[in-house]
Amino acid sequence: MSRGPEKVGNTTRGIAYEEPLLFERSRPGRRGFALPPLDVPEVEPEALLGAEACRETIPDLPEVSEVDVVRHFTRLSTWNAAVDLGLYPLGSCTMKYNPRQNEAAAALPGFAGAHPLAPASLSQGILQLMAELERHLAEISGLDRVSLQPAAGAQGELAGIMMIRAYHRHRGESRDRVLIPDSAHGTNPASAALNGYRVQTLESGPDGLLHPETVAAAMGPDVAALMITNPNTLGLFETHIEPICEIVHTGGGLVYGDGANLNALLGIARPGDLGIDVMHFNLHKTFSTPHGGGGPGAGPVGVKNILAPYLPVPVVRELAGDEGEGFVLDYDFPHSIGRLHAHHGNVGMMIRAWAYIRSLGAEGLRRCAEMAVLNANYLLSRLRGTYHVPYEGRVMHECVLSDRLLQGTGVTTLDVAKRLIDYGYHPPTIYFPLVVQGAIMIEPTESESLEGLDRFAEAMLAVAEEARTDPERVRAAPTRTRLARLDETRAARRPVLRWQPAGPSKRP
Amino acid sequence: MLAAVGVEEIEHLFDSIPADARLSRPLDLPRPLSEQELFARLRELAARNATPESHTCFLGAGAYAHFVPSVVSALASRAEFLTSYTPYQPEISQGTLQAIFEWQTMICGITGLEVSNASLYDGASATAEAVLMAIRLTRRHRVLLAGGLHPHWRDVVRTYLQGLDAEVVELGVGTDGRSEPVDSHLDGEVACVVVQQPAFLGPVQDLAPVAAAAREHGALLVVAVAEALSLGLLRAPGELGADIVCGEAQSFGIPLSFGGPHLGFLAARRRFVRQLPGRLVGETVDARGRRGYVLTLSTREQHIRRERATSNICTNQGLCLLMATIYLSLLGPHGLRTLARDNLARAHYARTRIAATPGVELVHPGPVFNEFAVRTDRPPAEILEEGASRGLLAGLDLEPHAPELGPALLVCTTELASRKEIDRLVNLLGKNRP
Repeated sequence: MSRGPEKVGNTTRGIAYEEPLLFERSRPGRRGFALPPLDVPEVEPEALLGAEACRETIPDLPEVSEVDVVRHFTRLSTWNAAVDLGLYPLGSCTMKYNPRQNEAAAALPGFAGAHPLAPASLSQGILQLMAELERHLAEISGLDRVSLQPAAGAQGELAGIMMIRAYHRHRGESRDRVLIPDSAHGTNPASAALNGYRVQTLESGPDGLLHPETVAAAMGPDVAALMITNPNTLGLFETHIEPICEIVHTGGGLVYGDGANLNALLGIARPGDLGIDVMHFNLHKTFSTPHGGGGPGAGPVGVKNILAPYLPVPVVRELAGDEGEGFVLDYDFPHSIGRLHAHHGNVGMMIRAWAYIRSLGAEGLRRCAEMAVLNANYLLSRLRGTYHVPYEGRVMHECVLSDRLLQGTGVTTLDVAKRLIDYGYHPPTIYFPLVVQGAIMIEPTESESLEGLDRFAEAMLAVAEEARTDPERVRAAPTRTRLARLDETRAARRPVLRWQPAGPSKRP
Repeated sequence: MLAAVGVEEIEHLFDSIPADARLSRPLDLPRPLSEQELFARLRELAARNATPESHTCFLGAGAYAHFVPSVVSALASRAEFLTSYTPYQPEISQGTLQAIFEWQTMICGITGLEVSNASLYDGASATAEAVLMAIRLTRRHRVLLAGGLHPHWRDVVRTYLQGLDAEVVELGVGTDGRSEPVDSHLDGEVACVVVQQPAFLGPVQDLAPVAAAAREHGALLVVAVAEALSLGLLRAPGELGADIVCGEAQSFGIPLSFGGPHLGFLAARRRFVRQLPGRLVGETVDARGRRGYVLTLSTREQHIRRERATSNICTNQGLCLLMATIYLSLLGPHGLRTLARDNLARAHYARTRIAATPGVELVHPGPVFNEFAVRTDRPPAEILEEGASRGLLAGLDLEPHAPELGPALLVCTTELASRKEIDRLVNLLGKNRP
């Protein structure tokens, strides 16, 4: 019996508006914008700036009407999968529901229109919100101080690593090696290297966990830090986190916590209490700010007091005592690593995260963690046996499977992912973490209901069944999307990175 | 569900966390608010910030108050754009991918260069990434920051370079507000010269001689642009010899939001493509030969290359680049040029009025785009305070950034400042107050 996408999964019927590149819709003279009449004297740019400084044309902008623009981007939008359309189980990305109230909050004119260089006296509302968010994040993480400045998780990592460097330098120590487990996100080694560190990869144990003896063996007087993700990218809680932190601290190093998976720990355990010295938060993961097709995110960084002198400037500070009342931006951090952002970070995302925390409160946040972990474990229980589980054990907010049980069918993880699209799902993260061959990393988040999880599990099971009964069908997927599988090799071999009128682009 | 998972109590899901490591109390957070209560609180906070609705904004300096057509947020807030992520799965991300491809195309046209990435966090980090890219390309380690680079951007470049084997040389500005000549600082060890156009204090810099000097010494020319709208009038830096153009595109339809999220961009010559930081979208075909788009050249990136990646960036500013693409589509070449001319005309009008006003003078009489420095005869703080009480954000106090100028303000005029409002500003700045 075939259980194709007609029967199982999210019902899709496929939407197939065609839409060329906007440049191909361009017609000379068409406009989508009008300015009010100029109420000051006209000027001749060439006369004011000099003809040499002025351009004659602005190529590569389309001439289209407002309706053209609205239809173009509305049509484009229909080609995207999205959380608001259905389960988006992209592991490590925490694709939870993004409350619409948060969008309205950030769009309030008093926030959206606030200029970053306005005097503090005219920015008290937003500064207070930022100070409150810093306090909430410190409480949630068990850390002492938070800087909201980093614009995304990777920039938060960079800030953290730089603070670690500043800390060691200040103590007169030169340490140039950073330890990173093999299951870490790629941003960890990239951030460490970007700040000039040598990266040493640590092997996870057969149980998927980092073991104290592995860390002890790698420690040395040149080790600046260990970067660790907890729960790790296999979805497992690093049980030995406390002794591991102790080993690193005893050896004079610091422990960086990658906060990507904080969703599993909200109100349950706090990285600071476990021995983490510095970590970043992904407001776009844990705190529900939308992922926007690849950002903007926000990556605040939290630290223990020993690292507070090195925080990026400016720091939001509440006035106290004789200073009066209110909030200011404080630049008086002589040991600061400096500035990481042109202004104060992605404040629009901070407003959303503040609204999220204030809506849920302590109990609601803990409930997020509980439901996220329950959902991941439930999916694992439904898929175990059909899909290979490389590391057994209680998972936290996500579970990692592999395609090993499909060996012999000719169907791989990539095929499973593409076939899931036909069932109406965005695929899980695939081929990551690197320690699992053919990894399928599923993070359902707390946003999904039992029925929603069951439908997804049914789809996963149906694909596995198809792999045995009709592997060609799986390998041909996706078949219900506007485009079939795309040739990524060709794109990389002969990169076409922009439209050109007489270029290789052809209308579809 | 608990039975299927094999636990009796939800707490047991967390058994792998050592008991002593668990939090034994509720988090200390304020009680949860209903949406109605939440918005009452949010509105209270929002009301305590100055905005272009409450105050006419003559404040620029890297963040610009421009009019944004309603279409921009209407389209960008569509759930399919808003609640999707990095387009790793191209078959169900063609909307995001095609929009990025269109953005890359537009940025190439506007900057006069051949390849553009998807986006970076902001103009400051884009400049830092451009510098790192130049260091990789030239294998040289000295970086010249020409005078006129935004002071915050300088700070960010310095922050990014700490810990690396690199040296930053910072030049000052001359009396004309442009960079002092770079020639005498150039030699075979300089990786790049970074020039901001227009300069932080407003003057339009002369790029051609800098480009020639850099080329002579094998250094790359990085042109940083803080007010992207200026490119509606100014010659494309790529045409003037820039190898990398980076900057801030917040002016293209993105709200101020107290400084972020904004939109860093970076474009370069084609031969540098494999050293670009960040996401890149390329054209390809599907299994049936139809045109489509994918993330490409990923072997530069952290998720593949890890510690050998060209940058650590992962999440960038996707939704902001979408907003800018929509904005530029609405304006088109004619709209962009007209808007830039409008801003130029307002600055010219303001400058003409100021030049004729006692007690206040233009610091740099040479050409500017929409921003310029004004020397005043009383402390800028006093002017700003008085302006605020009259509904004006009169500009940026330059004391912390350019103390050598004496009491001075950096003033910006966009299309949001009407003639009447400019007149009020001039009255505030000068002696002939009403």
